[in-house]
Amino acid sequence: MTDIVIRVENLSKQYRLGSVGTGSLIQDLNRTWYLVRGKEDPYLKIGEVNDRTQKGNSDYVWALQDINFDVNHGEVLGIIGRNGAGKSTLLKILSRTTTPTTGSVKIKGRVASLLEVGTGFHPELSGRENIFLNGAILGMSKQEIKSKFEEIVDFAGVERYIDTPVKRYSSGMYVRLAFGVAAHLEPEILIVDEVLAVGDAEFQKKALGKMKDVSRQDGRTVLFVSHNMTAIKSLCSKVLYLGNGQKIQYDHTEKVINNYLSHNANSSLLQSFDDQLTAPGNEFVKVKRLEICPVLNELNEPITVNTHINVEFEFWNEVDDKEINLSLHLFTIAQECVFNVGSPAKILTKGLHKGICLIPSNLLNDGLYMVSMMIVIDRSHALFNYENAVSFEVNENRTPGGWHGKWPGFIRPQLDFTLD
Amino acid sequence: MSKHSNTENPTEHWDLILKPKAALFDLQLKEVWKYRDLLVLFVKRDFVAQYKQTILGPLWHFIQPIFTTIVFLLVFGKIANIPTDGINPVLFYMSGISIWNYFSACLTATSNTFVANAGIFGKVYFPRLVIPLSTVLSNIVKFVIQFFLLLAVMSWYGIKTGHFYFGVSWLLIPLLVLMMAGLGLGLGIIISSLTTKYRDFSVLIGFAVQLLMYATPVAYPLSYLSGKSFAAWISWNPLTPIVEAFRFALFGTGSAYGTGLVYSGGVIALLLFLGLLVFSKVERTFMDTV
Repeated sequence: MTDIVIRVENLSKQYRLGSVGTGSLIQDLNRTWYLVRGKEDPYLKIGEVNDRTQKGNSDYVWALQDINFDVNHGEVLGIIGRNGAGKSTLLKILSRTTTPTTGSVKIKGRVASLLEVGTGFHPELSGRENIFLNGAILGMSKQEIKSKFEEIVDFAGVERYIDTPVKRYSSGMYVRLAFGVAAHLEPEILIVDEVLAVGDAEFQKKALGKMKDVSRQDGRTVLFVSHNMTAIKSLCSKVLYLGNGQKIQYDHTEKVINNYLSHNANSSLLQSFDDQLTAPGNEFVKVKRLEICPVLNELNEPITVNTHINVEFEFWNEVDDKEINLSLHLFTIAQECVFNVGSPAKILTKGLHKGICLIPSNLLNDGLYMVSMMIVIDRSHALFNYENAVSFEVNENRTPGGWHGKWPGFIRPQLDFTLD
Repeated sequence: MSKHSNTENPTEHWDLILKPKAALFDLQLKEVWKYRDLLVLFVKRDFVAQYKQTILGPLWHFIQPIFTTIVFLLVFGKIANIPTDGINPVLFYMSGISIWNYFSACLTATSNTFVANAGIFGKVYFPRLVIPLSTVLSNIVKFVIQFFLLLAVMSWYGIKTGHFYFGVSWLLIPLLVLMMAGLGLGLGIIISSLTTKYRDFSVLIGFAVQLLMYATPVAYPLSYLSGKSFAAWISWNPLTPIVEAFRFALFGTGSAYGTGLVYSGGVIALLLFLGLLVFSKVERTFMDTV
């Protein structure tokens, strides 16, 4: 039996929208009247799904609705979803800053949250004083902080500033110190929300490494909310995908991220515009068509690592007698550039031009890719960059029998490889 | 859920279960004790942070009671000619002001607990009661400083007149300060709980504390009211016996009536109990409404 440290059961959270005033006072009195008579809260029935883009009829929305999941000991659980999906509400309940409306959460061990770095930092106090204050706020005893003090200062790299008020710190130092305290907290369960958005690259690496250590070596459980898919991928074993307050998927990282990205990416193979006036572009060039044309045997066959892919494009040129070339960027879903290729440069006349770029089979790894097309003048200046215009997914084609994990690497070329 | 049924087991132990509602009397006082280090650090923070970048630092605590005493001397002593029960007027006003200041500081600061600390409460959990408790404690430090000023002035007058009162009644002083703390805390946490959703009370508390001072014998002795029709109202004020007893304890004159103190003690116990009940209910969800 696996050791479950967090169990979330039928968890829901309702919020009231709108302002607080006489209207809410009447609702409060009404609610009290129902509860006094031993009836159910009438406002719990009228809540709506929390879709912030739609106009609703009710003042009450469900920020979370019927969420169920278990987290095992030592697991790093990523939580993803668009803004307003309920991620922060879930973390708020887990970190005990608010309570659920219905349902329950059961927890084993100490929980520490890092919802925003520097919680309780007082600008007038020195780094040393803030380490003790912040540590105590996060639930450490004075003795614990004392024994970790050197480590924290070292981690944050602020030795020289330790007796200076933190209001004189750079924002990077501030974040490092705050993360340092929380990272040395040694809770059984650590909740981290978007802290990695701040700080320099070196620190982000350090922070990610610390989180990895915390889970792998010390066997702690980490809940990690982020929009950074690369970080989620490299840290998390499982991912919970929330949307409009509901659980959309809870599965292994790779599966959920691909699902998330294909939901959110511009997952079309074709962008085409017939009217030159409304087509994307500017006074120099207008894009008519950009299309991913896989060379398939059957119409509905999926693109696999063995498929040839043609990237076809058409554009209207409005500049005369200039050297023009095209530059294609291929990105992974995490916005890492796989390659950038350029077409030969040619002096083009005004009017419609077209071209094709062939991506050979057995080059790309499986995954989701996005293509940007840049039109370049004089081999130096970009006239227009049509960003992430089309996207496509390359599927796995391995036959059963071998290894099933995700094939590592950005590309998966077939090279001459001999074995005697 | 069927997925759960195979791992469910009746002896399963959870350290923490988060549910929509808690039991009425679940006051979590044990939790507060666990966070006592934090309490101490908050007191330290309040004190240190207040005087960073000031030149006079804690000396500011002397200036406020000195000037208030001078104003009281002029208004109540010279203009209104109110007697001071045979106590030196300077000492009479100063003693009243120092104990009153403690109460009003406790009340106004604790009544602001939720609204002023929403930022930190919204991010991390610790027993919310730590904040009002730390306010009450850090104000004790300020009270002690003002009390030393009072002692200094008393000794100066003592040397000048050759008469200095010191008796067993001084043992009452810590109890009286504790009572003031309880009253300020009890009222403060009730008001802070009420202000989370509707801010009306925080407007009220601003001037209510000021007016309450005139309903308490701070600038006049209770004996001055004897025979007046509203005297009964003033003696129903639970603050009245404490302030009067404070002067009695210090100077050995005035009226320290035991029944009054018992009455005040009862009111304090009731307010504290109610306050804790309301506070522990509100602290669970106040982030949604604050």
